[in-house]
Amino acid sequence: MDLSPLWISMKIALCATVVTLIFGVLAAWCVFRMRRGWQILDGLFTLPMVLPPTVVGFGLLVIFGRNSGLGRWLESVGLPVVFTWYGAVIAASVVAFPLLYRATRGAFEQLDPDLIACARTLGMTEWQIFHKILIPNAWPGILSGVVLSFARSMGEFGATTLIAGNIPGRTQTMALAIYSAVQNNKKTLATRWSLIIMVISFVAIFLMNLTLKERKTAHCYNKCGEKQREMTP
Amino acid sequence: MENIVKKLISLWLCATLLLGLGACGSTSEQTDNNIADEETGTTATQEAINETAEDEDAIDGTTEDSASGGKSMELYVSAAASLTDAVTELNQIFNEVHPEVELVVNYGSSGKLQQQIEEGAPADVFVSAGQKQMNALEEQNLVDTDSRIDLLENKVVLIQPATAEHELASFEDVLNDDIKMIAIGESSVPVGQYTEAIFTNLGIWDQVQTKANFGQDVRNVLAWVETGDADCGVVYATDAAISDKVKVVTFAPEGSHDPVIYPAAVMAGSDQPDMAKAYLNFLTSPEASAVFERYGFDPVN
Repeated sequence: MDLSPLWISMKIALCATVVTLIFGVLAAWCVFRMRRGWQILDGLFTLPMVLPPTVVGFGLLVIFGRNSGLGRWLESVGLPVVFTWYGAVIAASVVAFPLLYRATRGAFEQLDPDLIACARTLGMTEWQIFHKILIPNAWPGILSGVVLSFARSMGEFGATTLIAGNIPGRTQTMALAIYSAVQNNKKTLATRWSLIIMVISFVAIFLMNLTLKERKTAHCYNKCGEKQREMTP
Repeated sequence: MENIVKKLISLWLCATLLLGLGACGSTSEQTDNNIADEETGTTATQEAINETAEDEDAIDGTTEDSASGGKSMELYVSAAASLTDAVTELNQIFNEVHPEVELVVNYGSSGKLQQQIEEGAPADVFVSAGQKQMNALEEQNLVDTDSRIDLLENKVVLIQPATAEHELASFEDVLNDDIKMIAIGESSVPVGQYTEAIFTNLGIWDQVQTKANFGQDVRNVLAWVETGDADCGVVYATDAAISDKVKVVTFAPEGSHDPVIYPAAVMAGSDQPDMAKAYLNFLTSPEASAVFERYGFDPVN
């Protein structure tokens, strides 16, 4: 069994996760601080989740294809996007971005507003508030977004096939290998890849749950949680 | 205590970020290595070429021209997903003759491949599973019209589960009482249109429809027959050839439907039309035809 789809998928999913982490957190911070018009921006940032991935892929193909100025320029500087693995990173990032963005914004919004107000009265700059208050306190929420977007990137199919193609050894990810295997009636191969995808994504989500448990709920359930249960009849 | 926790969290945050970036970096290193490997592979093949250079020159002038840059050339082939196995096998044979060519094959549904070519994705050769997609590209002047050929023909067949007790003999037999369900493709997919044409031609389409279960593609139809959930089904000969869980009852009667043709052509935007033509010629060679036949295709000519 040729293992290249596994490495290609891991490479793409990891890079896409890093990209979504950076842009997702920044976008969430930006929307979180907006007073007016955030509804519009929030809607725009969530769109990739609502659109069928083929539409996203087609959009990217139009933006980065040879017919567009940007596509031609990128090719002339030796960075063609269509049919390359970083094309797949772009596709996976766009599709996974809303998951991380929404998880992070949700986490920011659950923080105590007094905490931020306090920091501001004590003279912290917005940037200091961001990396000393928002990020550390919202981290569990961000992490769950990270894992979800990793898992989503791993399974991304629709947008990837259009922009990156399905080239064995280059851009054929596990999801695409499953498609090809099914098209050519190799059921065992398709089953194997499906199992591998499931195991990897499951382990990622499981590890996230482990970490979160250690951080917050663990204390709660051992101490106050038990007490609460004893108190309620 | 809380300070320590906070510090731990920020440390962890940094570590995760670094780890993520590190993983990203290391994977790109890995690709670099891959590229390096490929390059050494290329030099190895280059040496092989040099050794046999005289023969190569004698056989094929274009090879010499294209290899004169000293670099391996990439030939982009967009091929219908149903051709994956056949084309993969053929490419190995092609590379024995043309080791300097790296074949980059993109497999997908013909409609998707058409979209990609329309948007300027690299493609030197396109092998489509239907005339429709090739015609659409030709109308937009994206096809080197002179190079276009009808490469393969597929047949439409009636299949039964391999374990079926009541053996059918013809398309008309699907009306037998022990056939409760016929799996056929939806009218939106090509196989569905061919199936409808066949049964309409036989004058039994109305009766067939009452027993029909419509699959959204030919794979669905095949799967239903394989598992025995449908008593029979109509698929392409190639689908029947790769599955040992179904048996072919009969081919569709001659002239009962339009021929199922896989056209192939060099794309107008190709940077290396000579090599693309050489590849296309290879696909029509007797050697290639033998491979296609093994996968159930009928080479045209």
